[in-house]
Amino acid sequence: MLASLARLGGGCLQGLERLGRGQALLARMIGGMPSLALRPRLLVRQIYNVGVLSMAVVIVSGLFVGMVLGLQGHSVLSRFGAEESLGVLVAAALVRELGPVLAALLVAGRAGSALTAEIGLMKATEQLSGLEMMAVDPVERILAPRLLGGLVAMPLLAALFSSLGVLGGWFVGVGLLGVDDGAFWGQMSSRIDLDEDVLNGVVKSLVFGLVVTWIALFQGYHAVPTSEGVSRATTRSVVHAALAVLGLDFVLTAIMLGD
Amino acid sequence: MTLREAAKTMATFLIPSDETKHRKMGRRHPRPNRRARPQEPGARSNPSLTKRPAEHPASVASGSDFRGAAAADALVRIRGLSFAHGERRVFEGLDLEIPRGGVTAILGPSGSGKTTLLKLISGQLRPDAGGVEVDGAPVHALGRRELYRLRTRMGMLFQGCALLQDLSVFDNVAYPLREHTDLPESLLRKLVLLKLEAVGLRGARDLMPGELSGGMARRVGLARAIALDPMAILYDEPFTGQDPISLGVLATLIRHLNDASRLTSVLVSHDVEETTGIADYVYVIANGRVMARGTPGQVKASPSPWVHQFMRGLPDGPAHFHYPAPRLEQDLLG
Repeated sequence: MLASLARLGGGCLQGLERLGRGQALLARMIGGMPSLALRPRLLVRQIYNVGVLSMAVVIVSGLFVGMVLGLQGHSVLSRFGAEESLGVLVAAALVRELGPVLAALLVAGRAGSALTAEIGLMKATEQLSGLEMMAVDPVERILAPRLLGGLVAMPLLAALFSSLGVLGGWFVGVGLLGVDDGAFWGQMSSRIDLDEDVLNGVVKSLVFGLVVTWIALFQGYHAVPTSEGVSRATTRSVVHAALAVLGLDFVLTAIMLGD
Repeated sequence: MTLREAAKTMATFLIPSDETKHRKMGRRHPRPNRRARPQEPGARSNPSLTKRPAEHPASVASGSDFRGAAAADALVRIRGLSFAHGERRVFEGLDLEIPRGGVTAILGPSGSGKTTLLKLISGQLRPDAGGVEVDGAPVHALGRRELYRLRTRMGMLFQGCALLQDLSVFDNVAYPLREHTDLPESLLRKLVLLKLEAVGLRGARDLMPGELSGGMARRVGLARAIALDPMAILYDEPFTGQDPISLGVLATLIRHLNDASRLTSVLVSHDVEETTGIADYVYVIANGRVMARGTPGQVKASPSPWVHQFMRGLPDGPAHFHYPAPRLEQDLLG
């Protein structure tokens, strides 16, 4: 009994310690961002790595998610004779929820795991120590550009996901199931609100971008510098990021609907 | 780095000294007392190289006054150092001085804390107790900014070379110069090519780290370590995993660079033969303390049975071949 309590207490302390280290790392990364003004190429490269290289998976996923939404939405709405509202349903679901959340999960799987593995390997091969010994702060030079790159890329990827999803829904609803084209776009443009729907989605994707990239970089930076350690850190990065995105989505949605 | 300093560095490498020429003719691992010979009449004089480390008070110290000379002009002073990795105590009250201007080897068996000691000297780790001073600066008490300032005057060659994998050989060597100087690209290019020439890899400047052999990667790491003309270079197991040719090349380079650039070299290794061949001073550490210290000859002649076993690589002695275990019969027959 006492041993179990001790283990529980030890686990909690360890968790708190990691949280504290994570926050300290985040503060250092944010502190290192101003120096990127002198090295814009570092940032552009990371926006490319996180954003451009994730585009293919986001485009394909967005298209299929939109098509499924079109099918399911039409199936439900047709029971009430409200097929013309399909555009609103698809767009609202994507812009408010599915776009930011699914794009974040996809980025966590593709770019987040890559970031963790990259930083973990840099640690294991002493590249980070090498930078330290050259009097170059690896947090400022290596981690901060990646964090900012993730922060910039995520809203763009979420917007891409939502746009392609709407096109997928349109293709199924209008192209295959015969929903009126004008009604699809007209209802969508009149019912989707810029502040309540689009901006809330952008806020969510910004938060998710920060959290996913932060978790990925933290796991890589504090990975045990062995092949097994990097592998475990990569797995942890994806799992923790996915759980954090889903949990935060609930919290953010509750706050946004509370207004 | 100013333009004048950069030009001075270039001149150091462009004008070969007599010593450099001798080494090119194949003389390996000269001892410090041999290097201190008077210059021959009519020999070309290069002011930047005439004062060699062998003329330094610490460098010419004979075996008997090694400890005194080291203490008098030490670049690195370690006092009462204690350090533990978790539960495992690595050092307990370690005292050690590394004199300026020579090659000091720190020998010891695997797991004796040699690399940890280098990390403590360079401030990558902080001691639990005691202190580490480098050039008068208390490394253990420095803030990040002061530590980075000190590190611009220290180079380190890592065991795994630590080359940035997404940069070419040229860009790896140019990295510290780009970070810490405002040199124009044309001058920076010349400096990098001279550093690469010094390690014999000017022709490999466009290769990526993945295309280099282990020995070449270490030489690139060495070129990068000397890029900012440091006062000291720390070598972490530079000979591990090297073929005999690469090993000889590296050993010659370490000695040559130390002498030509008037550096202080700290070399951590368990390769006794090659290391004592180029070192001026040797420390043997084990079990968290210094087991022997002195010139290579003195350490080899140490009366300690443990040091005797280590220096000669004997399979059994005070350091047992067998890991502690119950008697074999007991294990087999139950």
